[in-house]
Amino acid sequence: MTVANPPIPTSHHTCPACGLLCDDLPLDGQGSISASFSCAKSQRYFSQAATAPSQPASVNGQACDLNTALAAAAKILQNSQQTLFAGLGTDVQGMRAILPLAEKCQATLDHMHSESSVRNTLAMQNSGWQTTTLSEVKNRADLILAIGTDIVSSHPRFFEKLVWNKDSLFNKGTPHVVYLAVDEADTQAGVAPDGTSPTVLAADKKALPAILNSLIAMCNPAYAKSNKAASVAGLSMAALKALLEKIQAANYAVVVWSASELAYPHAELTVQSITQLIAKLNEQTRVAGLSLNSGDGDISVNQTSTWLSGFPIRNRFKHQQVSYDTQHYSTAVQLKSCDALLWVCTFNPKPPPNFAGPSIVIGHPNTQFERPPAVFIPVGVPAVHDSGTVFRMDGSIALPVKKLQASQHPRLFEVINQLAGLMP
Amino acid sequence: MITQLKNARVFDPAHKKNGVVEDIYISQGRIVAKPSDTIKISTSLDLSGKVVMAGAIDMHSHIGGGKTNIARMLLPEFQASKHYSEPEAHICTPGCSHFATPTSTETGFRYIEMGYTAAFEPALMPVNARQAHLEMGDTPMIDKGAYALLGNDDYFLRMLASQQDQKAINDYVAWILHSTQSIGIKVVNPGGINAFKFNQRRLDLDEKNRHYQVSPRQILQSLSRAVHELGVSKPLHVHCNNLGAAGNFQTTLDTMRASDGIPMHLTHIQFHSYGKEGDKQFSSAAAEIAEALNKNKHITADVGQILFGQTVTASGDSMMQHLNARHANPKKAVLMDIECDAGCGVVPFKYRDQNYVNALQWAIGLELFLSVEDPWRIFLTTDHPNGAPFTSYPHLIRLLMDKSFRNDAFAKLNLDAQAMSNLLSLDREYSLYDIAIMTRAGAAGLIGLKDRGHLGIGAAADITVYTDQADREAMFSKPDYVFKNGELVVKDGKVVKVVWGATHTSKPAFDVSVEKDLSDYFNKYQTMQLANFKINPDEIADDGRGSIVVHSGKHSDETA
Repeated sequence: MTVANPPIPTSHHTCPACGLLCDDLPLDGQGSISASFSCAKSQRYFSQAATAPSQPASVNGQACDLNTALAAAAKILQNSQQTLFAGLGTDVQGMRAILPLAEKCQATLDHMHSESSVRNTLAMQNSGWQTTTLSEVKNRADLILAIGTDIVSSHPRFFEKLVWNKDSLFNKGTPHVVYLAVDEADTQAGVAPDGTSPTVLAADKKALPAILNSLIAMCNPAYAKSNKAASVAGLSMAALKALLEKIQAANYAVVVWSASELAYPHAELTVQSITQLIAKLNEQTRVAGLSLNSGDGDISVNQTSTWLSGFPIRNRFKHQQVSYDTQHYSTAVQLKSCDALLWVCTFNPKPPPNFAGPSIVIGHPNTQFERPPAVFIPVGVPAVHDSGTVFRMDGSIALPVKKLQASQHPRLFEVINQLAGLMP
Repeated sequence: MITQLKNARVFDPAHKKNGVVEDIYISQGRIVAKPSDTIKISTSLDLSGKVVMAGAIDMHSHIGGGKTNIARMLLPEFQASKHYSEPEAHICTPGCSHFATPTSTETGFRYIEMGYTAAFEPALMPVNARQAHLEMGDTPMIDKGAYALLGNDDYFLRMLASQQDQKAINDYVAWILHSTQSIGIKVVNPGGINAFKFNQRRLDLDEKNRHYQVSPRQILQSLSRAVHELGVSKPLHVHCNNLGAAGNFQTTLDTMRASDGIPMHLTHIQFHSYGKEGDKQFSSAAAEIAEALNKNKHITADVGQILFGQTVTASGDSMMQHLNARHANPKKAVLMDIECDAGCGVVPFKYRDQNYVNALQWAIGLELFLSVEDPWRIFLTTDHPNGAPFTSYPHLIRLLMDKSFRNDAFAKLNLDAQAMSNLLSLDREYSLYDIAIMTRAGAAGLIGLKDRGHLGIGAAADITVYTDQADREAMFSKPDYVFKNGELVVKDGKVVKVVWGATHTSKPAFDVSVEKDLSDYFNKYQTMQLANFKINPDEIADDGRGSIVVHSGKHSDETA
């Protein structure tokens, strides 16, 4: 006898709602999170997927079976001369399937959050960086410098899990938190459990290059002597000097930034200024960087693409070769010239961008469309209807996500593999 | 289905066969005895005049895991170098490859095309094990396996600092082998990666970690004893303290002495054989190191030869790589502290034959190869990609087998470096039999792969067939045939069939109660659950391509 609904694993279940990949969720027997759980983002992720209606695939808005939808999708891809695979909200297994299909279609690949993640990649590829991971933060960090981000909007349990933790390996004191270029109103998460307020250095994010490069220069004693300026971008030199001394006095300072919060042209240079400040400080003391990711499998997709194609995302298969171009292969640029779009988005019900040509959407069952795409194939949501592997924000840790409940929807990698099977 | 390889000139050191001409029979992926005359031979291949060896085994090559992928991500410009045909150095030959960051697919293809049928990732960081296995899982054609990093993890250092007994250490080491699906244990800069997180910048063998007050010597002795007592075949894989530093040969000699007679493998020993004599205070200490290796029969080593051109160094040694970053070319480096487990440092390097230090490094590696007497205890590696990409092996083999080729190359090096090397006085030329020892029988024996690295009855039919050529580089670049588990997968140096190899592991018994304290540790200090740290065997076999082979250790031999 088979059991229709096998028992649901409730311990060490990984939550992919943000890059922290918490695996200590209080899930009940039905796969719902206890209402008292501190993370609204996680609650929303699971409830949104658990309540998603079972719905069939469709072609031009008309419901059909999976094979009909796959045949229609294959026809679009076969007729395309320049195909864009975008969204790419998936995990390692999804990306393992997507890359061979991209090779067959000679497609260009971009992730929905590349606009942000490319700022980091470019800075790293230009001059390298020094970074750390979550358990190091939890046990070693005695100073957190948050640059241009409140951290918790994107990574809600950061302070709860990694900063205000009672247990740490080296009995560090309660870390001090400094916000740079963050609105005072967004700094409540940095108030320590004992009521100690964070230091807030208010400034315009666009002034960060000036501020960061002043800090780098101030590491040089000769500059400190000769400098005549009283302030930089509204911050007094005394305040900057105090910040620098605080970092230098820390045993292990962690500098946190979020590329998505640096939404202005050439922000990769701001990221580079952050990483150069970290490198400079490491000549004498220990400081490490931690960049916050945007989600939707951005780290998993970048990692998998890199070991399988040789390049991070914004790459293209053409003439038996793979190329890489962080400007030209962006979704925004490619939408102007491509003649078919494959949009993959399994974690969240995000519809594809406006596009005049035919769109194939393989994604979250809750996805709502202003105008039905040429083909829509709803697939299982990772960690709810589907298992797989996801990478954490720090890039070093990959965790399994497990299926919580039975679903009528097929698995993404199976759909992609079937589609690839229909291609010549 | 029986395949016959007729008139093979067999080089099989495990069975002392040095060019014996005989027939080999293959059935169901294995080498079998000559079948009776009534059994039909389905395929027969006449290999008259061909050189036949077991498939080669690379016992140290960074083929999968975090730092390998960081290197790819950091250096997108390297991808174009796979199409380069221009030599990068004066002594380059067609076999000098400068493509240091192959994809996982290319890694499998390039290995099998050279006749290698297995490669071992020597620095799998336990918290990063899942990624390492994902990448190795996407590496076709060859078998693979990994050595798990210990000795800089806070869990182990806490045990050592609180003077836990050897049994507790042994249980933890065995648990790590199981949890990470590894076949051996490695230590990188013992204690140094951890000390760097406490802002220590160098760590000598008897210098203590500021926080734990334990020394590298204690770490080495505790881990090598654990590996030995657990009966794991592969001795502790040691990347010594002071990598790349002038004068570090003393640390290497002291490390050998610290082994106390317990088997130990010193890896990429070329990077640890530097003196500080001469005007430039950088000299070869290969003679001292080779002499010590010749005397200490319980020590093995691989060379980590450098070859000239562009590459990237990817190491767990964040402490020394932070120092090395000032030599980065192109000028960029990624350094990471990772999860209270270890760290990594990825630094691109361009070795130039007109640079004094680089030229001498090249000579030191060859001096070591030629001065260590026993080919069973020294292994052919470039520490891929750190000294050079593994695709340069045929060039390296020619340097070892062909004295005049070697001396011609030496004559083109930086003149000051030439003056500081005794390479020209070393007349030795490796034989085909020696090469088969280093790259087959010796490597399999070291790792404990009983059915690989030889051509005896019952062995896996991983077989490489070469045309005997005076140009050994050409010969080893392009085998005529390669068989993987009995299937013909390479013909004339090109893949004709895609297959997926197994992952080799070692799983000694241990007391499961070790998880009680570990579970508490994970809950308090780590940021993932213990259950998610462990790699389930299904994760490797789930896609129908991968599989796990568990090797019994030394103890089972003793009782068998």
